[in-house]
Amino acid sequence: MKRGTLLALFIALATVAMVIAGMLWPDVTGSGVPNAQAKLMGSATSPQGAVNNLLQLIARRDWQSAYSSLANKSEFSESEFTRDLIGNYGSLRTYATLDGFDIHPLRASSEAAQIRARLRWASVVGTFDDSRDLRVVRDGDRWQVEWPLVKEARVPPQVIPVNYLRWDVIYRGAEDDWGAQDVEAPHVRIVAMHPIDRAGGVVIMGEILNEDVVPAFVTVKATLLDTHGAALASEDSFDKISHILLPKQVSPFRIDFPNLSLSQIDSVRMQPFSTLVPASADPVIGIESQTLHPVPDSSLTGQLVNQSGQIVNVAHVIGTFYDHSGQIIWVADEYPSRALLPDSPVPFQIPLPADVSSKVGSYRVIASTFSSSRFQ
Amino acid sequence: MRSRIPILIGIILLPYCAAAQSSSLRFPQRLEAGTAFSTPSSGSGSGTLYVVGPGGVLRREIQLGDSIAFGAGDFPNAGHYTAILAAASSTQSSQFDVVPSKPARVSFLAKPSRLPVNRSQGISGVGYIFDRFGNLTLDPQPVSFALSDGSGRTQTQTTSSHHGVAWVRMNSAAKAGPATFQASVGNVREKRVVQQVPGDPCSIRITAHASGNRVVLQTDPIRDCSGNAVPDGTIVSFTETYLGSQSTVDVPIKRDVARTELPSRNGAVISVASGIVMGNEIHWKGGL
Repeated sequence: MKRGTLLALFIALATVAMVIAGMLWPDVTGSGVPNAQAKLMGSATSPQGAVNNLLQLIARRDWQSAYSSLANKSEFSESEFTRDLIGNYGSLRTYATLDGFDIHPLRASSEAAQIRARLRWASVVGTFDDSRDLRVVRDGDRWQVEWPLVKEARVPPQVIPVNYLRWDVIYRGAEDDWGAQDVEAPHVRIVAMHPIDRAGGVVIMGEILNEDVVPAFVTVKATLLDTHGAALASEDSFDKISHILLPKQVSPFRIDFPNLSLSQIDSVRMQPFSTLVPASADPVIGIESQTLHPVPDSSLTGQLVNQSGQIVNVAHVIGTFYDHSGQIIWVADEYPSRALLPDSPVPFQIPLPADVSSKVGSYRVIASTFSSSRFQ
Repeated sequence: MRSRIPILIGIILLPYCAAAQSSSLRFPQRLEAGTAFSTPSSGSGSGTLYVVGPGGVLRREIQLGDSIAFGAGDFPNAGHYTAILAAASSTQSSQFDVVPSKPARVSFLAKPSRLPVNRSQGISGVGYIFDRFGNLTLDPQPVSFALSDGSGRTQTQTTSSHHGVAWVRMNSAAKAGPATFQASVGNVREKRVVQQVPGDPCSIRITAHASGNRVVLQTDPIRDCSGNAVPDGTIVSFTETYLGSQSTVDVPIKRDVARTELPSRNGAVISVASGIVMGNEIHWKGGL
């Protein structure tokens, strides 16, 4: 009884101490979850409040109010501000919503403050981050944000001649004799495979080659077998693969099996599937200035350059990472949020686990693209 | 369900067959599918003739003593038939075989429909021989297979069918292009097209020249080891390595060559590959 009373007294005192500490030294960083029902603070009375208000307006897609609240709105138009946030040309940003944000004050004075805002956008292919360093300035008794506009590249109206190369397919018809052969499925081959234990699961990585002269839609199915040959789990490659492979093109693939370990597995059955599909050889995407960054920001960065005349709405970058002996040790991907305009570089950053980063000896990056109504 | 009806009727008629062992109804022992013929009957009065075969049952009311005529389309299916003539006074029966008529159609399976050049025994052809009623012709038949490529060169093999099937294996030609693969039995012919495509590039050689702050890279015309142009659309990968950074681009071959541009960096190493074939390396001395 006496020990219980002491414990209760200790908890009560600790709580009071923490409340007082919180009041005296408040946490100046913050995070927000956009809420359509949330009331704004009105005239922002602190730099953080001003940034919070602005990001809430952006989350509500109230571009007009967000633009009106800016301190530097005379430097650009509302449409430029909107285009900066939601992109153009039907890019990933166009269909994304602001899912949340974090704000971190960098420095502050009585007249101005610098705040780093990390915006988390939710899209159909997952979330992507957009980090902006915002300058917040005092205007009388309120604070206003100066928006650091990233001007999206514009391509002047022009005609770009392209030697367009495309495959179309005529399949077997219902009236054909049963002996009449259909068009042959493309010949594809798995040229590398490496299973690893990772994060409480098994990850199967590898590479698949289209060794045919026609384009292929490919998937890879992996089945984990126990010592009796019974299937423990079976999964298809889904997003960590380039599904359309042109002749002699190689794509990495990664298949994740959560809640399993290699010790449970005796063998892995790999099944590549291919289908002949109509496809286009364009657009050609150059992947330039690829640079591997060590920890703490372990990642592979680079720029995508659209070498064709066709606008790419959404690009998918997949990196294959090898150790010094040439073994695949990781496959990761990223979807740049902006559209690829002809000859306009768009940066990308593929995050790498810290433990993988130190083992990387070489890497290979490919890009697949989506343009208007066609997958490529 | 429909296919069970003749069996059911056969079962029902079995007692009649047993009782009619001594009676005679003279059908030809063996006749070709689609043959018209007639057979005499004996006795007087009327009766019902049943002919039970693999494809169905024929039922006909007849006058005993008259000959019974059958048309060309009455027995299209090859197989074993039982005829039973049921009358009030007696029951007569006979058994006979209908065999396939002469070959009228070849179902021809040619695999694969696309393969690389110079592939020994890479093409298989299987012919199934049928008569005009779709009966598999079981008697051995000489079947000719001919594979003609674009240059007019023809490989020919003749083989005999076994149980209605004949097959061969043939080599793909050294020259790429569509080949006509034909199977023929007598004057019955069936054609398929086999696409003979170039193999992997034999070698890849690139050249480079500066264009502003870019280096323009272009391959020589890319051919396989038989001299066939590697098809347009085949991906060629260019890689430029410079001070721990690299730039890559996958370019499809167009009009026999692959061409692209990469940043021009003095001292960069530029390499090229297509599939599993590597090309030459360039140590770029121009550029920024």
